[in-house]
Amino acid sequence: MNTQRTSGRRKQALAAAAVVAGLLTTAACGGGNGGSKDGAAGFDAANNKVAQADQVKKGGTLKFVSTQDADSWDTTRGYYGFMWDFSRYYSRQLLTYKTEPGAEGAKLTPDLATDMGKVTDGGKTYTFTLRDGVTWEDGKPITSQDIKYGIERVWAQDVLSGGPIYLQQMLDPKNTYKGPYKDSAKDHLGLKAIDTPDAKTIVFHLPSPNSDFLQAVAMTSGSPVRQDMDTKSKYGLHPFSSGPYKFQSYAPGKNLVLVRNTNWKASSDPVRKAYPDKITLDISTNQADSDQRLINGDYDLDASQTGLGAQGRQIALKEHKDNLDNPVSGFIRYAVFPQSVKPFDNLHCRKAVIYAADHVSLQTARGGPVAGGDIGTNMLPPSVAGGEGQKYDPYKIATKNKNGNVNLAKQELKACGQPNGFKTTIAVRNNKQQEVATAESLQAALKKVGIDADIYQYDGSQSPGIIGSPSNVAKKKLGIIIMGWGPDFPTVQGYGIPLWSSKYILQSGNNNYALIKDKAIDGLFDQYTSTLDESKKTQIATQINHKVMEGGYYLPFVFERLLNIRSSRLANVYTTNAYSGYYDFVNLGLKSTK
Amino acid sequence: MTELSKTGAAVGEPTSSSPAPSSFLEVRDLKVHFPTDDGLVKSVDGLSFQLEKGKTLGIVGESGSGKSVTSLGIMGLHTAGQYGKRKAQISGEIWLNGTELLSADPDHVRKLRGREMAMIFQDPLSALHPYYTIGAQIVEAYRIHHDVDKKTAKRRAVEMLDRVGIPQPDKRVDSYPHEFSGGMRQRAMIAMSLVNNPELLIADEPTTALDVTVQAQILDLIRDLQKEFGSAVIIITHDLGVVAELADDILVMYGGRCVERGPAEKVFYEPRHPYTWGLLGSMPRLDRDQQERLIPVKGSPPSLINIPSGCAFNPRCPYADVPKDNLTRTVRPELTGVGDKHWAACHMSQEQRERIWTEEIAPKL
Amino acid sequence: MLAYLIRRLFAAAVMLVVIILVVFSIFFLVPKWAGVDIATSFVGKQADPHAVEAVREKLGLGDPIYVQVWHFFKGIFVGRTYAAGGDVTHCAAPCFGYSFRSEQAVWPVLTDRFPVTLGLALGAAVLWLIFGVAAGVLSALKRGSLWDRGAMVVALSGVSLPIYFTGLLSLAIFSYGLHWIDGKYVSVGDSFGGWFSGMLLPWITLAFLYAAMYARITRATMLEILGEDYIRTARAKGLTEPVVIGKHAMRSTMTPILTMLGMDLGALIGGAILTETTFSIPGLGQAVLTAIKNQDLPIILGVTLITSLAVLIANLAVDVLYAVIDPRVRLA
Repeated sequence: MNTQRTSGRRKQALAAAAVVAGLLTTAACGGGNGGSKDGAAGFDAANNKVAQADQVKKGGTLKFVSTQDADSWDTTRGYYGFMWDFSRYYSRQLLTYKTEPGAEGAKLTPDLATDMGKVTDGGKTYTFTLRDGVTWEDGKPITSQDIKYGIERVWAQDVLSGGPIYLQQMLDPKNTYKGPYKDSAKDHLGLKAIDTPDAKTIVFHLPSPNSDFLQAVAMTSGSPVRQDMDTKSKYGLHPFSSGPYKFQSYAPGKNLVLVRNTNWKASSDPVRKAYPDKITLDISTNQADSDQRLINGDYDLDASQTGLGAQGRQIALKEHKDNLDNPVSGFIRYAVFPQSVKPFDNLHCRKAVIYAADHVSLQTARGGPVAGGDIGTNMLPPSVAGGEGQKYDPYKIATKNKNGNVNLAKQELKACGQPNGFKTTIAVRNNKQQEVATAESLQAALKKVGIDADIYQYDGSQSPGIIGSPSNVAKKKLGIIIMGWGPDFPTVQGYGIPLWSSKYILQSGNNNYALIKDKAIDGLFDQYTSTLDESKKTQIATQINHKVMEGGYYLPFVFERLLNIRSSRLANVYTTNAYSGYYDFVNLGLKSTK
Repeated sequence: MTELSKTGAAVGEPTSSSPAPSSFLEVRDLKVHFPTDDGLVKSVDGLSFQLEKGKTLGIVGESGSGKSVTSLGIMGLHTAGQYGKRKAQISGEIWLNGTELLSADPDHVRKLRGREMAMIFQDPLSALHPYYTIGAQIVEAYRIHHDVDKKTAKRRAVEMLDRVGIPQPDKRVDSYPHEFSGGMRQRAMIAMSLVNNPELLIADEPTTALDVTVQAQILDLIRDLQKEFGSAVIIITHDLGVVAELADDILVMYGGRCVERGPAEKVFYEPRHPYTWGLLGSMPRLDRDQQERLIPVKGSPPSLINIPSGCAFNPRCPYADVPKDNLTRTVRPELTGVGDKHWAACHMSQEQRERIWTEEIAPKL
Repeated sequence: MLAYLIRRLFAAAVMLVVIILVVFSIFFLVPKWAGVDIATSFVGKQADPHAVEAVREKLGLGDPIYVQVWHFFKGIFVGRTYAAGGDVTHCAAPCFGYSFRSEQAVWPVLTDRFPVTLGLALGAAVLWLIFGVAAGVLSALKRGSLWDRGAMVVALSGVSLPIYFTGLLSLAIFSYGLHWIDGKYVSVGDSFGGWFSGMLLPWITLAFLYAAMYARITRATMLEILGEDYIRTARAKGLTEPVVIGKHAMRSTMTPILTMLGMDLGALIGGAILTETTFSIPGLGQAVLTAIKNQDLPIILGVTLITSLAVLIANLAVDVLYAVIDPRVRLA
């Protein structure tokens, strides 16, 4: 998920000041240790399990804070992970993720649809029937046409940019449809890939099967949108609700208030419990301040789920550990070697860097085991089906070679024809303190084996044009790129296709930084998309990961962990793999309605 | 002990414990010293004089001789509002109309300022507040000492401006200082000083910043006003020419002390101190040729921190070696009578000085 | 005076056009030199070339800069019509366009946020004028005293400590620690009391920084003015010290201070970024910071224009005020 935050230097600057703030507040809130006193569930109590489900009461106001607003609340345009998580309050899809903790939460379940759909025609046709009693916020029924129209909006990238386009890629890979706004059909429902024979039935026709199609259908961009309520580019300012809550007010960059949608019927929704009466989201521009208010319990949750800042982390671990969870996020932090930059066209030179790196030092640079994560040993996140975690460690990154192996690195250098090392450049975003720290760690480790690396820092918001442009990478000889990646949906396709498929090498906004053109990997992806059997899909995912690792394209740093805080007021709290270790927002409740 | 001269200026060795004098203004052994990081600056170091109402005293000397410090001392402006600075050390006595000012309550002295004693400053442009109209400044000066409404005070201001010769005073009263010419500004300044009919007027270099032609007008004005108001006037200047026609008595200062004092005609025509000779020599005169015009006093004024021992003037005096036994460099000369109400402080004998004056100095002037 | 004002306003208008051109140039030319395609940052993670092209067209990023500048100014004076991909919107004058990110109209954002920033700046200005000038005058009058030294040390720390430090410190002490003030921004419309108490810390923090500067300037100016001849004249008139200081000396001391105040207020309208960020105050500074991070050109342009205007007006006001205070200054 595209949850990368570009909070910038401000954060570094704030961190310094906040140390003082931290010292003061440590003294100020010394009373509240031993979470049981105020009812906190305990450390990691909500990590992959449900905490305090029995204490939930209906009603009250659930208060979110975030240091950044959603990219857009328009269901077609949002790409931030927390927006997807949050959007379930006001939007429904045919299918959605189970409201269960951990890996189970990454599984799909019917939402607007009565079942998981009928698959026919060798995986090329999917037919869904809509549930009875599903309604919009004005009480009118949600129809199959509304769903089709909502999905059609994905094609209107000229008006509605920013969101994921998996549905378009799977249903109309040649992009022949021009979107509903340029649709000459009277009802603007000209997309041929979707049929709506009646208001209750919707049929999808795929040109070729894709085993993750249901994942795409379940994405927020698969939400219904009613044509007469579509304000086009302005829709994100006030989306029309199909879920249990509706927009009461929204001031971008300031705050959002959701209130109950009285026309939503619990009987029509097997997923959503809708405990609180009201949900608020305040946007704060000062992370130290919002962290402090979270720790104080003025807010219940950080909506952006990016974890506490350095100083907030220290205070919280010391004083409010029972309010913390430390889940694996789904993100992997890594270095990647573009093959267009010599000598990284040579596998041995890539391996030399992998062996030379001090993996413990890299983990420390990321923030250590709690804030940073577990040492990364391969490229498939443990939260994605087929991911093996540290069990798969082809370069013995987490074991034998965890502090770097100079001998092995030198052997590889010899094999690569660079026995005395070489010069190269590490590209890193300057607005991510930890990333710069990892670059420095890597630089120091490489020096020991004779690899002389410069660090090239650039503004993170410019990533698509700088490291996302293969010609620029080659020109600037950026041999090592430091990045991070998380899944759009928890499958190998939702995570790895843009990174590893040769079809996804783009001239701008490229994410296949290594420029992997491996027929075996491409073949495995093809095989994956046409395989409907879940266990087989998992096997293929594992294979793809192995192929990528054998190619030595990546040096994984960590399987990232989050350190998130939940207030003691919250009940029915759990993290879910569906949203990369975030708390599942939709069924959060309060213990007290006061 | 105190001997009054016909012309008003008096001399004699003042004693500090003597009772209130009968003179209108009497200064006794005034010392004004300023402590600085480099040492004690003895700006005025034992000065005494007297002045009667209706009379004019000219205090003459180079810059740094202590004449302005003396006038500010009389006005009490060394102590008023000297925030945070090291305080000036003032001793001696200043009697004005029977009141000793140095030991008086500062607020009483403040009330005397502007009413009993007023001052005209050298540069009227910088001495007038640039942001207030002439009228407003005069009105303020009047109302601080007179309980009248603004209208009355303004009428008074117009009247005063008229009196000092400013044309269209009812219009000019609302002008700002920068809208006046230099001479007009000084007239306005004078109007402000005299608005309360002060009995003592101190004019500190009142014409120095003005054109030569305007200078004479201003001096005439001061003289006329003095006659009209009957005030006592002290004119402070470095230019003997300024006081030549105006002053009844002249006091010559050097290095913080009086070196010669006497009636104006005596000091001009029978000066008895080499420094006075130097001043006369450097006085521009219209009846003299350009070439032989100025005989300046050689050298520079003495340091007030390290005043030369003996006669303070000795390093610059061409006749320093005339007295015997190196007297000029070891013993400080006291004021001694050299004629009728005429005193000078010099080690040379009366005869030596008379001879030098008549034979060497006077012919060149 | 009128001719002067007209001339100045005309110059201000030219200045604004130049500023807008510069902003446009920075926004478009700098990424171009860096080899960055702005449009790619507006599409999702999968930078589909069609989508990138569509965005470029929609945002008008493909047009030459002069066309974009023309459209921008046209929008302000006569409004403009946006038509992209069948989405036709008319934006009435004064139209500053729509945010690239949130799609909200820029003009309401500006009118919504301007008063917030103005409230912050004015409130702080009142505080720093009162305390800064008072401290400066006292320091000048007690030059070299313990008070003077103490005040100047505090002033030095005020000038050198960054806002985010003093801001967080004040939050830590008064909000998290002592719980005297919540320190959370509440809009005036919701509750005046809430707004006032929420603004207290930002005001104090901001005022601390400026009061320090003003104290230093006041002290230096006052010391200089106290040495002026006309102050001696005032005393020679027999005026009491409070009148000499409070009227004659203050009037002159206020001249440079008011000049500074005008400039600072103008700059604060656009420059309270750190304060607004630290205290999460939804003003213009916060908006422009977010906009810069988001490459949201219309917001950047709108805020730049408004703040430049504020600075120019402040400068003009200072000049006029200057002429009012100091009769020697002629506006010609």
